[in-house]
Amino acid sequence: MLAQTKRDLTMAEVVRDPAGARVDLLLVAAMVERGARVLDVGCGDGELLKLLRDERDVDGRGIELSREGVNECVAKGLAVIQGDADTDLADYPDDAFDYVILSQTLQATRQPRVVLEQMLRIGRRAIVSFPNFGHWRIRLQILFGGRMPSTDNLPHTWYDTPNIHFCTIKDFRDLCDVAGIRLERAVALDAWGKPLRLTAPWWFWNLFGEQAVFLLSRKS
Amino acid sequence: MVQVTDSTTREPGTTREAEQPRSPVARFGPDRPLRLDAGVDLAPFQIAYQTYGTLNAARSNAVLVCHALTGDQHVANVHPVTGKPGWWETMVGPGRPIDTERYFVICSNVVGGCMGTTGPASINPQTGQPWALGLPVITVRDMVRAQAMLLDHLGIDSLFAVLGGSMGGMQVLQWAASYPHRVFAALPIATGARHSAQNIAFHEVGRQAVMADPEWRGGNYLVEGTNPRRGLAVARMGAHITYLSDAALHRKFGRRLQDRDNPTFSFDADFQVESYLRHQGISFVERFDANSYLYLTRAMDYFDLAADYGGVLAHAFKGSKTRVCVISFTSDWLFPTSESRAVVHALNAAGVPVSFAEIESDKGHDAFLLDEPEFFAIVRGFLEGAARLRGLER
Repeated sequence: MLAQTKRDLTMAEVVRDPAGARVDLLLVAAMVERGARVLDVGCGDGELLKLLRDERDVDGRGIELSREGVNECVAKGLAVIQGDADTDLADYPDDAFDYVILSQTLQATRQPRVVLEQMLRIGRRAIVSFPNFGHWRIRLQILFGGRMPSTDNLPHTWYDTPNIHFCTIKDFRDLCDVAGIRLERAVALDAWGKPLRLTAPWWFWNLFGEQAVFLLSRKS
Repeated sequence: MVQVTDSTTREPGTTREAEQPRSPVARFGPDRPLRLDAGVDLAPFQIAYQTYGTLNAARSNAVLVCHALTGDQHVANVHPVTGKPGWWETMVGPGRPIDTERYFVICSNVVGGCMGTTGPASINPQTGQPWALGLPVITVRDMVRAQAMLLDHLGIDSLFAVLGGSMGGMQVLQWAASYPHRVFAALPIATGARHSAQNIAFHEVGRQAVMADPEWRGGNYLVEGTNPRRGLAVARMGAHITYLSDAALHRKFGRRLQDRDNPTFSFDADFQVESYLRHQGISFVERFDANSYLYLTRAMDYFDLAADYGGVLAHAFKGSKTRVCVISFTSDWLFPTSESRAVVHALNAAGVPVSFAEIESDKGHDAFLLDEPEFFAIVRGFLEGAARLRGLER
């Protein structure tokens, strides 16, 4: 069973938003201890790494697939390398980081389970955020539209999407069970980016959470 | 002294620059020998260098640019022999990514070179003759050791940044390994932590071309008044192909003919690409010493940083706090991206903060010397980020 209320989210940290950063990124940042060593897998243009560096004094590194993303990050003074989450995590030694973050990238990996396991090999903890495919709007689109869903957060058509492994919050929990991963904390965000009540049941999160953020560690 | 020889068969430029360079020179006497990897001391010796910009009061804004095999210290000024612009004027200068209004830039001719730093064309004080092949074999680590002595001479304890491409990149990696506490940021560009078998093979072809020229005279051409210009030109032509790419050559020349409408059915330079290569070869011998070419290619061949650290490249960077930005180019087949990735992998394993970018370019290995906006933006951005951390004000 998930320790859903293990530690209250420091909402002050989440709400205090100096740079107008995305709420899911602030949520992730709030889960990271100050001064920690962090690897952000799929770091995009470096928004989260920059937030972590500036707000939490984190020693951050990044991996990004797109050349444009890497170049933007390096130009921001971030330590980012061009690489692929599916293949390049194997190059890192065990326990190299305190946290390995996969922000909105899980669904675009070829082997999500392998990526998760690698993350928890090279980091003591992992933080994973992903769009919840169980959200009611997505369910309604399939039910009544009869077509693959498309939302503001997930605007791609089925034939050109980089997202090849969608899952729901429940699916993700199942994977963690199978892979022997401990869920330390979880947060679901509604369509307005507001965290849902921590005491809400899982089915509620799975229906009304548009995104989810999980803090994971190894079961030892 | 070097014997006076017929100036029509000799290069007045290179030999004069080797002894009397048009650059500042740091001279090191017998009390400060250069300890060579070959196991001998080189003394006395000298280093010719150029500087640009101003060293700040804290002496914290020095940038060392390391030149490649056939480069020299004239990175951002008109070349005294060829009259051409500096080899990296697009990168180094006021307002450039390596901004000389902000940084104090140093570039020195490597040991073994022929532009004023001690090399095979310099006079061996013991014999009064050019060193020629009497000079001990030089390594990349020797070059870097000499550069460190130059910094001591200039009163610079730590470098803000060290950067360079190809053989210059090898020096950058050696700097990061040998003197981590003296390097705040490092940019090894289009390079690798070792020279591959294919690259050693290309170099050997070049050296054999030089040595096969009857005018090489066992390396004693300066004394005998000859010049192995044909051999050196062929070496340069072969090497130059490896600096380009199939796509770049095709775009630049295709199968176009040179100043003629039809093939001549001879071995004349019918094709533009032939004419271009011949020109590259001929202009190279005007400014470069053949024996220097042997020594410097050898230095690159011997470079294998991991071998100095028990075969594990990561050990070379253990405990280093230097920020590193590794850059490669997609069409570089001399130092392909895989070589850069191996360096990145080792830096990561050693916990060094490393960035890595591969630049899309079809210009081959030479891309690092050319106008590639994305490359420039990354160098600029990385240095600006590092400058913030270093507390260098704008």
